[in-house]
Amino acid sequence: MTHDAEPADPSSTPAPGTRPADPSSTPAPGTRPADPSSTPAPGTRPAGRVFVSCDSAARSVGADEVAERIAAQAAEVEIVRTGSRGMLWLEPMVEVETPEGRVGYGPVAPEDVDGLIAAGMLTGSPSIAGCLGLVDELPWMAKQQRVTFARVGVVDPISTTDYVAHGGMKGLRAALELPPAEVVEAVVESGLRGRGGAGFPTGIKWRTVLGAEADLKFVCCNADEGDSGTFADRMLIEGDPFTLIEGMTIAAYAVGAAEGYVYLRSEYPDAVATLTTAIERARAEGWLGPDILGSGFGFDLQVRVGAGAYICGEETSMLESLEGKRGMVRSKPPIPALQGLFGRPTVVNNVLSLATIPAILADGAVKYAAYGTGRSLGTSVFQLGGNVARGGIVETAFGITLGELVNDFGGGTASGRPVRAVQVGGPLGAYLPVEQFGLPMDYEAFAAAGAMVGHGGIVVFDDTVDMAAMARFAFEFCAAESCGKCTPCRVGAVRGVETIDRIMTDTAGSDRARNLVLLDDLCELMTDGSLCAMGGLTPMPVRSAVRHFGEDFHA
Amino acid sequence: MTSEVVAAAPVPVPGRAQRVRELALARQDLRGPLIPILHAVQEELGYVAPADVAVLADVLNLSVAEVHGVVTFYKDFRRTPAGRTTVTICQAEACRSVGAVALAAHAQATTGCGFGETTADNRLTLEQTYCFGNCALGPAVQVGDKLHGRVTPTRLDALLGDAR
Ligand SMILES: Cc1cc2nc3c(=O)[nH]c(=O)nc-3n(C[C@H](O)[C@H](O)[C@H](O)COP(=O)(O)O)c2cc1C
Ligand code: SF4
Ligand code: FES
Repeated sequence: MTHDAEPADPSSTPAPGTRPADPSSTPAPGTRPADPSSTPAPGTRPAGRVFVSCDSAARSVGADEVAERIAAQAAEVEIVRTGSRGMLWLEPMVEVETPEGRVGYGPVAPEDVDGLIAAGMLTGSPSIAGCLGLVDELPWMAKQQRVTFARVGVVDPISTTDYVAHGGMKGLRAALELPPAEVVEAVVESGLRGRGGAGFPTGIKWRTVLGAEADLKFVCCNADEGDSGTFADRMLIEGDPFTLIEGMTIAAYAVGAAEGYVYLRSEYPDAVATLTTAIERARAEGWLGPDILGSGFGFDLQVRVGAGAYICGEETSMLESLEGKRGMVRSKPPIPALQGLFGRPTVVNNVLSLATIPAILADGAVKYAAYGTGRSLGTSVFQLGGNVARGGIVETAFGITLGELVNDFGGGTASGRPVRAVQVGGPLGAYLPVEQFGLPMDYEAFAAAGAMVGHGGIVVFDDTVDMAAMARFAFEFCAAESCGKCTPCRVGAVRGVETIDRIMTDTAGSDRARNLVLLDDLCELMTDGSLCAMGGLTPMPVRSAVRHFGEDFHA
Repeated sequence: MTSEVVAAAPVPVPGRAQRVRELALARQDLRGPLIPILHAVQEELGYVAPADVAVLADVLNLSVAEVHGVVTFYKDFRRTPAGRTTVTICQAEACRSVGAVALAAHAQATTGCGFGETTADNRLTLEQTYCFGNCALGPAVQVGDKLHGRVTPTRLDALLGDAR
């Protein structure tokens, strides 16, 4: 297997002139992922199973057409549609089962399929252009610590048999052996913090719901994932939905809830379809319903589709929306754990928080807590997006640096130009310059740097970015998506757009200094006076842009 | 955000009201049924007409103002029919970093539509969104029900040409 394995699509590899990619993160010459002697020669074995992603990102660049073409050309092979391994720059990727493991090819364009088959792709031939070697041994994959995403890209997402064969349902079986309070304590002990953004300890939240007296309790999964640059919730649901179902069932058992809802955004139709099918199959298996796994414990689950409002990712706004109202933020207290959906005690957790629970119960809280750093324990699913050469998802322990993610895993920019800024944690997160690439991914370290980890999304920008335009967009976004309940956010965001416009059009520069002071005042007011983090955090991207990229604010 | 809508030949109003009522009655026992009902109405009838609001308020025993407030809060719910195909361009940060703003300008120049508008021949409606979760393969554009990644202006022209 030679390194003609380099992806053929120019848009998917760093263009000439980019800094050389870190050899440890890409199959570079000399670090070939698989020993040629260990992979079979072409034509030695009849074709068996072939895996092609049905993840919506992979489909957006032709995975369906690739799968159809393979089916048309080689009726004898079984094509399994999986989620994506997360190497999105290599999608559509084709994996072929061999005795040594799965050999990958990518990116494969539909029109490449015939030639690749003729060259021996379906036997796992290593000697053809686009062959990546054994996927599990690719340095990019081997360096990760996949817990939450262990099965994503590997299994058929809606196969209950695959799920069980790959360790599914062990967590729920283990939980049902314990009294609910002990399940809660295991989650506390794991150190798991909410992956939706705020990082509140999941076990502590569950303890509150368990302790609340009520006729009915709910578990709500927040799958609104509105942040730009985040797609891990979507990939998990499209790639391994039973993990989420199992996690929600464990949560329900732990706190005594009878009903669950997944609030899933309408922008993710494939995820809605996959999860709906998975719920039906789980019910048929007795994994949901009145008597789960014969334990006598009953719980059932529904998908609810959002309607295009970013603010419905905020938990109280999500609850209002589930109740059939406008998604207006509620003031807290009361907290949802005590008075949530329809006034009942409610667990509200992000997809990744809930999907991590089965592994914690199956393998032990201590094992999970051993990953990570400081008070940021466990693994996190980071998402590399924007102008990045190797975009996709990377699951590692907390503590990895921003630079390792962007440069080593991400390979720098897709355009081949220097990286200038990255936005971490979605539209309300800070813009950071390359000088901050030593920052470890750690909730406290980020907070100390005036930034946030949020849902783990990292968006890369090259040196052509206009940071004043990005700061303006932060206000524009807030103005468009504000729920409108409080004045600092509703009016402040509009004033913010106007103020940046004044700064940008002030060619004489006569009022620039005064307008920058006004901008800072406005940011302070929004930070201090907003009811929720929509208005309260919009100043974060704006202020970080002014602080680190001040030169862009001079017309 | 249904794209292939049947609105070219609107259902006669009495028939429409009847159908809206059926869609609502079939879901009224859900907890918090209004949003699933609105999705169902829009999916089948293409948009949520002002006249539908009164029907829904009646079935759910809500005030017309309450239902109106919900319909207008959420961007997904259209109050008028869309064109035959809806083209939605992501305008959020990750797509911006790879040229989504220029792509949108190109689409607007080609179609003669701003965001939220429909071509005069009713063929296309142009919309923007903030994020399809395809942020590693941007710019992302949805044409009808199909999501496309890494869309260049040339590629967009081809997609718009295909949309009939
Ligand atoms: C404006 C805004 C948007 C949010 N969007 C999301 C979201 O899309 N998904 C999510 O899980 N949490 C989101 N959150 C955080 C939720 O309010 C809540 O903290 C979280 O869902 C709790 O789950 P966790 O403890 O598992 O993180 C958002 C918060 C704010 C203020
Ligand atoms: S900060 Fe904005 S989104 Fe949050 S409650 Fe106030 S108006 Fe609503
Ligand atoms: S930012 Fe465009 S798809 Fe996410």
